[in-house]
Amino acid sequence: MIVVVERLSHSYGPRNALKEISFEVSKGEIFGILGPNGGGKSTLFRILSTLMPPRAGKASIAGFSVLEQPREVRRHIGVVFQTQSLDRRLTVHENLDSQGRLFGLSGNVLQIRIQDAMERLGLADRQNDIVATLSGGLKRRVEIAKALLHEPDVLLMDEPSTGLDPAVRRELWRYLDDLRRTRQVTILLTTHILEEADLCDRLLLLHEGRVVAEGTPQQLKSRVGGDIVILDVPDPEEMHQRLKETFAVLPQSVNGRLRIEVPDGAFFLNQVLSSFPNKVESIEMHRPTLEDVFLNETGVKLEG
Amino acid sequence: MFWLPVFTLWRRELIRFWREKSRVFGFVGSPLIFWLLIGSGFGDLAFFFPGALILTVMFSAVFSTMSLIEDRREGFILSMLVSPAPRVAVVLGKTLGSATLAWLQGLLFLLFLPLTGLRPGTGDLVAATVFLFVISFAFTSMGFLLAWRTDSTQGFHAIMNLVLFPLWLVSGAVFPAHTAHCWIHWLMAVNPLTYAVSALRILLGASRSEGMPDLGFSIVITAAMAALLLAAAASSVRERNARSFA
Repeated sequence: MIVVVERLSHSYGPRNALKEISFEVSKGEIFGILGPNGGGKSTLFRILSTLMPPRAGKASIAGFSVLEQPREVRRHIGVVFQTQSLDRRLTVHENLDSQGRLFGLSGNVLQIRIQDAMERLGLADRQNDIVATLSGGLKRRVEIAKALLHEPDVLLMDEPSTGLDPAVRRELWRYLDDLRRTRQVTILLTTHILEEADLCDRLLLLHEGRVVAEGTPQQLKSRVGGDIVILDVPDPEEMHQRLKETFAVLPQSVNGRLRIEVPDGAFFLNQVLSSFPNKVESIEMHRPTLEDVFLNETGVKLEG
Repeated sequence: MFWLPVFTLWRRELIRFWREKSRVFGFVGSPLIFWLLIGSGFGDLAFFFPGALILTVMFSAVFSTMSLIEDRREGFILSMLVSPAPRVAVVLGKTLGSATLAWLQGLLFLLFLPLTGLRPGTGDLVAATVFLFVISFAFTSMGFLLAWRTDSTQGFHAIMNLVLFPLWLVSGAVFPAHTAHCWIHWLMAVNPLTYAVSALRILLGASRSEGMPDLGFSIVITAAMAALLLAAAASSVRERNARSFA
């Protein structure tokens, strides 16, 4: 296990940000921490990247404790922050060069690594551009190149796709997948984007500082079981009652709509429509998504 | 693993500064005007020269450390903090970089020395430039200490106007100690900047006045201040307080 977190807790004054979080990540895995903003992801990220010591519990990366051996941990992790961490006034090459030297690299080794990282991320023809003039996608690529220069075992990424357009996002994921396969780099990322979470090997669902579920996206979705049916009705309260009585289901009210989990969506909809003609304004049905998993476990929506 | 990050951060400050050269004119320009106006007003350009030189270094040292606030806002500081470079190396690299910039601007100001009629010997002149670096370093460490705790550049300006400028006024830069009121006299004695001005005044061969501390003592006080401020800056970074990091 390359990342081991045991009963990690943190609080800001009286507010508990993390409550006894435990999980493990194995080498070469892409591990996602999914949760809404304010759910404790950033706190966890800061602790793992050694920016902040935890109040209680243990966390280790590559066998080193983030609390007691932060410098050793820093040698083994590459960190990609959500906020930019580049020097906007320097060129791409100068940024990478500075970063390499902060990690003790110099001379030919450093120059070869810089060239290699720039080629992998398609930055070679941009090396003399001032960072401030680059687009958001390019900047993110420089951030990643920077985090990989010292060949870390674990790449920590805070919301890597936020602010990137879908094409750039896909490209980023192709690269992450390649990195994990060819170099056995373990990737630990936080996200609140469902499409991104779906691409992870394994997920940890975090809500109000607690782990609410853990598993592969498939495992998590199968916990919901069946289909999700969503109804728009003129009188949700009345319909809620009548659905309960007629079909022995337990509808949830989400943003004024009724959400029902049923084993067979098509069959259920048929029955609803024939039992309550003219009472339903619109219907929606889908296979369980991670959003449904989250909603099931916490009662709140992940996104907005 | 210690000097490489120090050198890297030092070089970074220099590259950044080189990309916005207009800053130089502001920091050298205003003390220059000060000096010419006050000096000419009193008919003594030589007396005000050391003080104006210190003002140049003070302005540019303290303002270069404002880049730390920028680094934090732009997130660059995060890359420094998650690197295995020792915290002390990070502080030293930044302060050395800013101190070098302040020092270079001080040297630029020193080019106006011939206008004062002061003719220090070569040895004294070299000593003065070395001493000027110590002063730059002390100011930069102080600036670092302030910038590390300040989130806005406005707060920084307020401190500059409320603390540093008055400190400079009662350092013997503008008026000598012996003509001052009794309480000002005491203020001057406990003001560390008094010793910096005094040492520079002696090294540059400006006229000595009564009650001025002697050279050796002044240099010791200034160097001690620089060391103390650097230690304070380094220890403030060592408190692993990530409160203000997004």
